[in-house]
Amino acid sequence: MDKLIAILSDLHPDVDFETETGLIDNGILDSFDVVTIVAEVDDTFDVQIPAEELIPDNFNSAESLYALIQRLA
Amino acid sequence: MKKSIRICSALVICLAVLYLLQALLVPKYMLTSQEGALIGEYYANAGGNDVVFVGDCEVYENFSPITLWEEYGITSYIRGSAQQTIWQSYYIMEETFRYETPDVMVFNVLSMKYDTPASTGRGSQREAYNRMTLDTMRWSSSKWNAILASMTEEEKEKESMFTYLFPILRYHDRIGQLTKEDLQYWLHRDEISVNGYLMQTGVKPYTNPYVEKPLVDYSFGENSWYYLNKMVELCEKNGTQLVLIKAPSLSPVWWEQWDDQIVEFAAEHDLLYINMLNYQEEIGIDWQTDTYDAGLHLNVYGAEKASRWFGKILVEECGISDRRGEADVAAVWQEKINKYNAQKEQKKQ
Amino acid sequence: MQLTSFSFLLFAGGLLILYYLVPRKLQWPLLLIASTVFYLCGGVENVFYILFTGAVTYGATRIIEKNQGKFDKKTAKKKNRVWVILTACLVFGLLAVCKVRFTFQNILLPLGLSFYMFQSVGYVLDVHRGTVKAEKNPLKHLLFVSYFPQLVQGPISKYGNLAPQLFAHHPYDGKQVAFGLQRMLWGFFKKMVIADRIAVAVVALKGPQYTGLSFFVLTVFYAIQIYGDFTGGIDIVIGLSEAFGIRLTENFVRPFFSKNIAEYWRRWHISLGEWMKDYIFYPISISSPMRKLSKSARKKWPNFGKRIPVYAASFATWFCTGIWHGITPNFILWGMMNCVVIVASEELTPLYEKFHNRFHLKEKKWYACFEMLRMFMLMNLIRIVDLFPNVGEYFRRMGTMFTSFSVPFMKLGLTGLDYGILLGGIVLMFAVSLFQEKKGSVREALLKQNAALRYTLIFLLFLAVLLLGSYGIGYDAGNFIYNQF
Repeated sequence: MDKLIAILSDLHPDVDFETETGLIDNGILDSFDVVTIVAEVDDTFDVQIPAEELIPDNFNSAESLYALIQRLA
Repeated sequence: MKKSIRICSALVICLAVLYLLQALLVPKYMLTSQEGALIGEYYANAGGNDVVFVGDCEVYENFSPITLWEEYGITSYIRGSAQQTIWQSYYIMEETFRYETPDVMVFNVLSMKYDTPASTGRGSQREAYNRMTLDTMRWSSSKWNAILASMTEEEKEKESMFTYLFPILRYHDRIGQLTKEDLQYWLHRDEISVNGYLMQTGVKPYTNPYVEKPLVDYSFGENSWYYLNKMVELCEKNGTQLVLIKAPSLSPVWWEQWDDQIVEFAAEHDLLYINMLNYQEEIGIDWQTDTYDAGLHLNVYGAEKASRWFGKILVEECGISDRRGEADVAAVWQEKINKYNAQKEQKKQ
Repeated sequence: MQLTSFSFLLFAGGLLILYYLVPRKLQWPLLLIASTVFYLCGGVENVFYILFTGAVTYGATRIIEKNQGKFDKKTAKKKNRVWVILTACLVFGLLAVCKVRFTFQNILLPLGLSFYMFQSVGYVLDVHRGTVKAEKNPLKHLLFVSYFPQLVQGPISKYGNLAPQLFAHHPYDGKQVAFGLQRMLWGFFKKMVIADRIAVAVVALKGPQYTGLSFFVLTVFYAIQIYGDFTGGIDIVIGLSEAFGIRLTENFVRPFFSKNIAEYWRRWHISLGEWMKDYIFYPISISSPMRKLSKSARKKWPNFGKRIPVYAASFATWFCTGIWHGITPNFILWGMMNCVVIVASEELTPLYEKFHNRFHLKEKKWYACFEMLRMFMLMNLIRIVDLFPNVGEYFRRMGTMFTSFSVPFMKLGLTGLDYGILLGGIVLMFAVSLFQEKKGSVREALLKQNAALRYTLIFLLFLAVLLLGSYGIGYDAGNFIYNQF
């Protein structure tokens, strides 16, 4: 989880990823960020997130993203 | 219960506002474009007319029912309107039979030249003229069918039937062009014709002959014949004599080839056809004094002459009887005569 | 049937009454019949295209689902990929043929073609990805493809969102119907009073003689026209659907309040953007060849290499979006310009951030307004290329923009009254947008007011559309003067 937070904070240092639950809905992460995250997750966790998992529900909070990674690992 | 009353009253208010707005926005045809009011003035005078004229401006400018009454005791009404096409004339005849069955129906054949309601090409029709004929007509299947037969392509494309049903849809953008006339005649109309005759007292002599390019094809179109045949049938069914005339207007040109076709048709159907252009001298028209627009239409002096001449034919050929002896009829007509004379005085000034 | 025609109103009104009279289980079949009638009104050939699309996508989803049951996940994916590609080729092939014929032979595009084709191909992909179950009933499938309100101006719905609502039973809900009708009325206002009125001036300003500042005015007028027309049309569509109890996805969320292009494209024609993102942008940018490319590039340029996948995918996405709008060079240029601005703004982000932090601009209100205005004008300049199939002419006009400063407003076919109505309409539109942006739903707020005031306002809006809408044969007093003979 910490590694994931590190990835996210690298993208947007000013956002509190521990608490924010509307990363997509509130327009904090855009599609470019999502793609970057997918690549970083691949590098760090060796988990490939497929296109069909790129939905707001999976990216709205660090928690849900972490759950996704664990599901796919 | 209370709620439904509230809803109903709200609905009534909305409808009233819409009605008032529509009444404000439709053209009034009272001070400008008076021709547009003619068709609607019939209903107050329907019934008891022995002769009804149907056709375009060549009927409502060239004949005066008052003269026919004063000279021969003939009761008549003119159901003419601007650029009335033959399909409109047919449905106006059909509508007239709902109100009365005259002895004679007179139709001016000039409109045979327009074959279709197309808005382009030869004899192109204008949407505005459809409006001037149809807007004041009362609702019946005749009006419905007249609209269907009259719509130009543009009107069809713009779904104009809805706009005939609710004229506010047609005239909504007059909101920026309202005039004093619209306020003055918001909720009422004056009668501007005398039994369908729209009086003109001006004089503009006829000087130069009207020259039109010869046509490639003089035969009347299929649609025109279709409606002329329907008129014959309609009058037959109602036991009314149909008389075809060509009024004595010099323009547009009434070609000899056209005349021949009507002569032939009349003979075939045993109809009376009179081309009044052939009787100008006998009628006594003086083109220096009897026209208000250089020969296109007669003024009141010419119309009185034409009526005097034509009345004799109605009596002699059609056997129309003199009703001046009927007191109640005479009383009604005396009022019309008074109005006519007053108009004549007023318009002269 | 156009959305603003009398027959559409009659059709929609009649259908709405019938919809709540029939037994609930007949509601969706009624919508299918209505959709068919709607298509038939536009010409019998329309039905062919929709049946073709429906049949191809139905067949594909049935096969895909069968394979998913028969094989393990990986094998099924592999086998199904062929079917997905075949479906896309068939459907988009037909779309391409129609677009080519439209562009070069002037043959009308079948009604709603690109909307329902995109929607149904998206659905096939969703089934393939396993995010939705395939529809078994071919008639239900056909209704999903052909649901008529959204076929004139979108939105492109997702199966997962639309289908459950289409087939659910909808009891009559007075508030819902009233809200739907109110939204339709607002749509008619935007489309007929504003867009259709200003359209006259847009057509005039397209004329080659209008250079200089007139070109700038053209870009603003065109923005107003397109905004009124698109969002108004969508309001009519979503409003009607809302009256049926079916919530379509929003397609515009006050895009002119955007501060940057990424935000703009999240707020303008949203459903198309989502489609492109889900089925083109993401699959390309996270595909394994892209990842490999990115990895090797990162060795050389650590920062730029990271972004190679998104830039390549953006390029593909904007190329497709351009072509979706039209296959002439100006639309492709339009797509590319969008792409360039997006990439440039992404590359310049660090620079901007430094600048912003230095002067503490982010907290300042006027700066936010400035950003919106800047975005508005930039998008206007890009959007206007729609009107110039000859791309050279577009650049020539733009080049003259600051050469002359007179704009012949009164020669554009609009009267002073027209400008007055436009100004009033735009102010109203702006006020409503501002309210929605700050406080939320205008209709909910109205509902809290007393009934008399509410209905008076709605009736006034109705009168505005009725009297001030540009529709029908315009009144010209001259025509009514009988001057022939």
